[in-house]
Amino acid sequence: MSSVLVFTEFTNGQLKKGSLELLSAARKSGLKVQALAIGPGAKALVDQLGKEGVDEAFVADGAALDKYNSELFTEIVCGVLSSKKPAVVLASSNSLARDLFPRVAARLGTGVASDCTTLEISSSGEVKARRPMYAGKCTAEVSFESSATKIVLMRPNQLTVTPASAAKTATLEELAVPTKDLATIVKEVVKGTSGKLDLTEANIIVSGGRGMKEPANFKMLEELADVLGATVGASRAVVDAGWVSHTMQVGQTGKTVAPTLYIACGISGAIQHLAGMSGSKVVVAINKDANAPIFQKATYGIVGDALEIVPKLTEEFKKLLQH
Amino acid sequence: MKIYVCIKQVPDTETKIKLKADASGVDFAGVKWVMNPYDEYAVEEGLKQREAGKATNVTVLSVGPKARVSEALRTALAMGADDAIVIDAPEDLDPMATAKALAGAIKAEGGEYKCVMTGKLAIDDNAASVSQMLAEFLAVPHATVVTKLETADTQATVERETEGGSREVIQLRLPAVVAANKGLNMPRYASLPGIMKAKKKTIKELTLDGVGASAADIRVKYKGFALPAEKPAVKMLAGDPAQQAGELAQLLRTEAKVI
Repeated sequence: MSSVLVFTEFTNGQLKKGSLELLSAARKSGLKVQALAIGPGAKALVDQLGKEGVDEAFVADGAALDKYNSELFTEIVCGVLSSKKPAVVLASSNSLARDLFPRVAARLGTGVASDCTTLEISSSGEVKARRPMYAGKCTAEVSFESSATKIVLMRPNQLTVTPASAAKTATLEELAVPTKDLATIVKEVVKGTSGKLDLTEANIIVSGGRGMKEPANFKMLEELADVLGATVGASRAVVDAGWVSHTMQVGQTGKTVAPTLYIACGISGAIQHLAGMSGSKVVVAINKDANAPIFQKATYGIVGDALEIVPKLTEEFKKLLQH
Repeated sequence: MKIYVCIKQVPDTETKIKLKADASGVDFAGVKWVMNPYDEYAVEEGLKQREAGKATNVTVLSVGPKARVSEALRTALAMGADDAIVIDAPEDLDPMATAKALAGAIKAEGGEYKCVMTGKLAIDDNAASVSQMLAEFLAVPHATVVTKLETADTQATVERETEGGSREVIQLRLPAVVAANKGLNMPRYASLPGIMKAKKKTIKELTLDGVGASAADIRVKYKGFALPAEKPAVKMLAGDPAQQAGELAQLLRTEAKVI
């Protein structure tokens, strides 16, 4: 019987939400569900994986796998895929998977599609997936060619998490940690200080552009974001002007985002910015210029000075969220 | 030693995407083609390495319809690259076939090289795959989303960005493939003498067949293209800033139900 293998990820011994989304999609196919977990503590996940309807769990556990190393991980993943030959591999389209799976695909000579937003797996292991192209200016359906294993990297927050109808007892297979002379050594991992979700994962984004007038005014956006539990983004104009870090840029040359709520403050809406935020469900635009293109993509619009309106909004949300 | 820089030509970021009538792809008529923005960082880094005496030659490569992609190669030559190679290929190669072609060309050139630079992704298909696949075919290590690169004789130290502003510091044995992110450097503009000089340079032409790649290497194709659904008309909120803010907060809670 063909299978769907989910590349699962976990923190503090718990499966990440993205992995639960993928496991839900895998179960829905009716195919055998396999899970691969790599990292210290991976072995302890087997019960949780069983509860999620996983039939077979493959784990590579050990201190050597504490940090993502592209060489080690490629070796482990390729080992599992060549021996288990799943029809489909699912992983979250995050920075680890996007670095890892193209290399895995090249080694195995099989197809990989990153950043997919819709997914259906048939009971015969056929995959129907769509992904944005041109940062969201259009979308297209992926067609795998001569691919024994179809590797699909799904954007987080696109699939629904459903509870498994029946818990299973997953079989556990431990994988050897490769010992080889590594050409890649991870020296240090420096954690981001903000503690906020990345723009690509954020549920709410508060974004600022030229209309914020000067870098110091981004503090206002941070205050609004804090109240909403949001992440702060920015337009290319202010990134290129050096006001904020390029890691905050939303757009075709920055990040493609898909939050539930996107609040654009003082952003006029260059076509490449609109593309990057086109996956947003509800868009609020605050801009002085009533003719700004951003209003064509907005759900709610306010013509006015973002510097006046943002602090008022922060107050309103504070009141609202206290009740 | 040589540094290779792989570049792609893509529609300018200001391009409004139109689809072919049968939805089989994007209609490129009238599109302004430019060098992929992330590849500019790759070219600049190659030039900086050469200027710092870490490399002797910067060779740029591109895969695609030769008449068109040669323009992007000329831009790189005008910025200061020494040589350019075009691998003539159809429009719709996927990352796997592209990486195979690039690896084939680099192997065919022979000789030692220090590293291969690419952009972290191309802004057309956003696949972010060619650099890792190329590294695999060249059997060398890779690092993607790189914002800092320091090279010594046999090893490089890179900083790469991951989620939420986190960074990884990685040591790579050279040669390696390094994919550039925004933040790595500030790409220079081509100077007028640079442009004049670039015009006179010969771009070496290779065929897909000649570098051991073919359309049979394609693993991913796209079909059923669609434009995003039109949004319903915007609801504009009137009143003074306090009223507007109040109404917006209420609407987000009761109507949109997102707060």
